[in-house]
Amino acid sequence: MDAAALTARFPSVRDLAGKDMPAYEVAGSDLLAVVKHLRDEQSFDLLADLCGVEWKDRTPRFGVVLHLLSTASKEYVRLHVPAVDDRVPSVSSLHPGANWHEREAYDMFGIRFDGHPDLRRILMWDGYPYHPLRKDFPLAGIEVPLPAADVAAVTGQAVEPAPMMGGPFVSHGGHMSEGEPAALDQSWTEERPKS
Amino acid sequence: MKITKEISIGDVAARAEELRGENMTLNMGPSHPATHGVLRLSLELDGDKVVKCDPVIGYLHRGDEKIAENMTYNQFVPYTDRLDYLAPLANNVAYAIAVERLAGVKVPERCEAIRVVCCEMARISSHLLGLGVYAMDTGAWTVFMYTFNERERLYTLFEELTGARFTTSYTRVGGVTRDLPEGWLAKVDAFCDGVLRTVDEVDRLLTRNGIFLERTEGVAPISKELALAYGLTGANLRASGVPFDLRKDKPYSGYERYDFDVAVGTKGDCFDRYLVRMEELRQSVRILRQAVRGMPGGAWYAEDAKKIFLPPKAKVLTRMEELIQNFMLVTEGPQVPPGEVYFEAENPKGALGFYVVSHGGGVPWRLRIRGPSFVALSILPAVVPGNYLTDIASVLGSLDFVMGECDR
Repeated sequence: MDAAALTARFPSVRDLAGKDMPAYEVAGSDLLAVVKHLRDEQSFDLLADLCGVEWKDRTPRFGVVLHLLSTASKEYVRLHVPAVDDRVPSVSSLHPGANWHEREAYDMFGIRFDGHPDLRRILMWDGYPYHPLRKDFPLAGIEVPLPAADVAAVTGQAVEPAPMMGGPFVSHGGHMSEGEPAALDQSWTEERPKS
Repeated sequence: MKITKEISIGDVAARAEELRGENMTLNMGPSHPATHGVLRLSLELDGDKVVKCDPVIGYLHRGDEKIAENMTYNQFVPYTDRLDYLAPLANNVAYAIAVERLAGVKVPERCEAIRVVCCEMARISSHLLGLGVYAMDTGAWTVFMYTFNERERLYTLFEELTGARFTTSYTRVGGVTRDLPEGWLAKVDAFCDGVLRTVDEVDRLLTRNGIFLERTEGVAPISKELALAYGLTGANLRASGVPFDLRKDKPYSGYERYDFDVAVGTKGDCFDRYLVRMEELRQSVRILRQAVRGMPGGAWYAEDAKKIFLPPKAKVLTRMEELIQNFMLVTEGPQVPPGEVYFEAENPKGALGFYVVSHGGGVPWRLRIRGPSFVALSILPAVVPGNYLTDIASVLGSLDFVMGECDR
């Protein structure tokens, strides 16, 4: 990986001093040019992974992380892209394999990819109202109508939150004295009136 | 006789547009034997030819990434069993190595060798099933019986090693749950002889089988460029002629110590993908033999990683220090420093990647799972159109995917 060539060509790219592989922060406006440069001039020909992340204490709240692999020099490189206004340019024109990864990041976090050919939900069904991997979405889920309206009309069923049965138990980090191990997500413990 | 109208082929050809039938939309799956799980293909057909293929996935989505954020690193190990549920041991190992890289833990050589044995046995198990059902999809029922027989033997070995036949949950961050049972390696060695006989048998049944060749040769070729553009990995990438294998090119868990060859295809059609997997089986046996015969002694977990790996049970029950350590580890999880890591392992289905973001403590902040099957299926809209409906079974069988890992 020729880091000097990358930073010389794109001065706004910030080196994150990655421990396991070279890592850079790239602004959304530079992303396509950087990925193209890495693909055509530095042989990073395979998009290994693209995923959304909700960062802790960072603005913007969401970001996209790309991992590119060079099958020639056998190296990885990581790119962090902040999602300003929840938007990131789509790299699916350069790496068609990004198509589904971007759909997943949209589905799970609500990050919009500008220039994506077909930005639909992929794992959840069309019309699902939430983005489940956001930190404010509870682990058990939220009640939503069944995707099949005709079935719901007959049975009156809905998609219910999962019965957590009290788990998974884990201490909240820090010191043991701070409390008994309990579930990180406590929303399921609230008593609901019997219907 | 008076000729009223002369009809020729040319007239009919000129009316091609007018004579054209409507395209049909066909739903294949989510419960269809050739889709190997709950995959739905929304197909547009012109007669027997596929015009458009839109895979609909998510029927097996369980939110593994969300679940991971709510539990300690070791609590998540059983969930990794359920990614590629045909090779749970390989998933366990990939996950453990990813977290260890983040924690900066180095496991001893014996542990690495045990994990290599696990990975290669998992590969054999996965490929045997993959080839069996691939052959069944293309009309050869017998092969499945041969390969399943061999898998049964493998599961008996898994059970002896891990206590479970299917959901092994064998690794922990910093080691494995227990050392190898006595006499187990000799059984693995004996198994190697048997599986090679079965592979030869399958070879003779399929490789020059006229029906199998008709169904697979030249069907749905994936060029080198297309494979790279879609990020295919594993056997599917190598069948397209890209000699990339993480075990060779980014060695982990001591793979650099073993002598083996990487099988590479030329055309990238369904038949090449079959050939690559057949060769991988033989190479896996080769690695397995080396690992079994040269199994190093010594510790089987990282003994110095006190904040990562549970202390030995005997000490927990007799000593105060170890008791506290055990209690802290179980309730708070292995203490991993803040940072991020991306690790990919060469799994049977391709590169299984884990991207872990930690803010310290025993629970990951974000755990992303990059499933090779998800990527392999994303290429279908580019590969399937232009083929016949009947070829879909060959294409799906040859890509060897598993929905647990695709939907996560």
